[in-house]
Amino acid sequence: MDPHRPAKATLAVWKFASCDGCQLTLLNCEDVLLDLADAVEIGYFPEATQAVVEGPYDLSLVEGSVTTPGDRERIRQVREASRRLVTIGACATAGGIQALRNFADVDEFSSAVYAHPEYIATLQDSTPVSAHVPVDYELRGCPVDRGQLLEVIAAFLHDRRPRVSDESVCMECKRRGNVCVTVAHGTPCLGPVTHAGCGAICPSYDRGCYGCFGPAETVNPQSLTRRLRALEMSERDVRRVFATFNAAAPAFAAESARHDQPGASS
Amino acid sequence: MTQAPGPQTHEITVGTLARVEGEGAMRVVVDAGTVTDVQLRIYEPPRFFEALLRGRAHTEPPDITSRICGICPVAYQMSAALAIEDALGVVVPPEVRLLRRLLYCGEWIESHALHIYLLHLPDFLGYPGAIEMSADHRDVVQRGLRLKRAGNDVMSVVGGRSVHPVNAKVGGFHRLPTVAELTALRPVLLQALEDALATVKLVAGLDFPDFEQDYTYVALRTESDYPLEAGSFVTSDDVRFPVADFGEWVTEEQVEHSHALHARLRGAGPFVVGPLARYSLNHDRLPPSARQAADEAGLGETCRNPFRSIVVRAVEIVVACEEALRVVDGWSDGGVASVPVPVRAGVGHGATEAPRGVLYHRYELAEDGTVEHAQIVPPTSQNQAGIELDLRRFVQDRLHLDHDELRRQCEQAIRNYDPCISCATHFLDLTVEHR
Repeated sequence: MDPHRPAKATLAVWKFASCDGCQLTLLNCEDVLLDLADAVEIGYFPEATQAVVEGPYDLSLVEGSVTTPGDRERIRQVREASRRLVTIGACATAGGIQALRNFADVDEFSSAVYAHPEYIATLQDSTPVSAHVPVDYELRGCPVDRGQLLEVIAAFLHDRRPRVSDESVCMECKRRGNVCVTVAHGTPCLGPVTHAGCGAICPSYDRGCYGCFGPAETVNPQSLTRRLRALEMSERDVRRVFATFNAAAPAFAAESARHDQPGASS
Repeated sequence: MTQAPGPQTHEITVGTLARVEGEGAMRVVVDAGTVTDVQLRIYEPPRFFEALLRGRAHTEPPDITSRICGICPVAYQMSAALAIEDALGVVVPPEVRLLRRLLYCGEWIESHALHIYLLHLPDFLGYPGAIEMSADHRDVVQRGLRLKRAGNDVMSVVGGRSVHPVNAKVGGFHRLPTVAELTALRPVLLQALEDALATVKLVAGLDFPDFEQDYTYVALRTESDYPLEAGSFVTSDDVRFPVADFGEWVTEEQVEHSHALHARLRGAGPFVVGPLARYSLNHDRLPPSARQAADEAGLGETCRNPFRSIVVRAVEIVVACEEALRVVDGWSDGGVASVPVPVRAGVGHGATEAPRGVLYHRYELAEDGTVEHAQIVPPTSQNQAGIELDLRRFVQDRLHLDHDELRRQCEQAIRNYDPCISCATHFLDLTVEHR
């Protein structure tokens, strides 16, 4: 913070195309929410308060992807009004589940849902915030993890880098003491290629990781796919499993596309 | 807010309606002192879920549709699972039904506590938000946060996490919690029950406008319990129909001013779902302490004042705490987590009571279980026409108010419905046009 300025740092929370789950994660910090509100000035957070403090803001958290012509302009305004901008969640960071339209025809999608698609203003692609403006940090997850979110906020308010590991879910799973669901039960699991942060929840519930935090750094999905195929996952299911909440994240999109062959459905 | 010049023609615009989930606006047209049109404009960007579900596996709709709404993901998971199971002829064991009810109780507690304490109570007590309210009412806000956390704790134990839980699936759960895990929730739920009863007392004492409407209510109803994770349809006109007939009774139309589709009930027109409807059609299904709390709050057997929905929500938190305790106390180890789900072609319907009202899903599956067609009717789009009717009358009686006060009261009236605009595909600015 600027040492010459005695006022508290201002925090703003912005929503684009999303489910509200990542900003709800901030409200879900029940035990520290009031302390946080004491520590910062909430400049703009319409889901929580009508009060609006004029920008610029010290830290903006952005939820959601850019999917409309209006939002393409609004994200630039948000960037201009923000000293630091952090994207929270799979939509803002990778385009979200709604990025499945990027691999289809959005006009056809619109016609399939709405009787009057001409009333709908939308872009062909659902894109992450980083496709439009510089981003200071991207926090993964669908939804983001509460602990990581607080760490990122604390870090940026103190002008330091967040301590958020970029290892894979496998590492968290081992530390949690889980038995490997793939090795022990033959359950397909995306843990080896998925960004850590959730605390390996799915394997703790006897389920394979389904990749909601998106790809970890330097992963090899092709190698994992060989294992998934050996576990009798069909080509079509391999394509599907990489095409969910982080479908447009490059590593997952590429792997999904490798299995996107017509007739490769079994 | 802008105000154009001229004595006859002026317009008020508010950029963002706060404390709702999602993005939208409201437009009121006043012609020579008469409200001629009210439009709740929902312009949350569409995300095309029904289109992107086509071609997905029958196992995927619970996880995919939960991403429609981070506030009520369990509702989406439950309605989706019921619909797919219906299409495939799958019947889940009793322990799965009970655990679904427990998971859903967690979501009701979390969502209702969020709405009462963080979104709606500031309207009644005159604060811009709960953070500002906490400066004068720290204990009250802390109680709300404690309640909300209790709901999240239930969802985290049963579902793995509170936003987009991971444990539920078509056919049941990936893993059943142990007696030890559920017993650990007991003290949390006992405290929550105490907090919920205190909440009913608090909100029952608020000032409510004298405003009642002759609504047509629609809710689920079951043989014995207050409806959450199951039931068939009943209306305030005593029409009853099974979930599979929803499409014959409710039609949706698209209007230019909104990305949510408007719903109409056959023979009745606009209708209302949610806490008021549920309560008024299921008063005899309230568990004991909830019924006593409702009586002490002066609610009566039906409630037609939308502003008192905050009291009904508080009573429903009591319901959820009692029901959750019932499941926790009756739980035993050794149950079956899920049943096999053999695929076949079929059409299935599922409806459950999301915190904001009935959420309906319908899927057509191909022979190999691939989703060929999906239809999702969330509660806020069913309520949209009802909200507009409320506002039309409400604004007409309050045209003498200055614009800021009118806008404030309109926002409160909209929040009565806890509109979830992410769900409705979709949120609020207010425009009043005087012609």
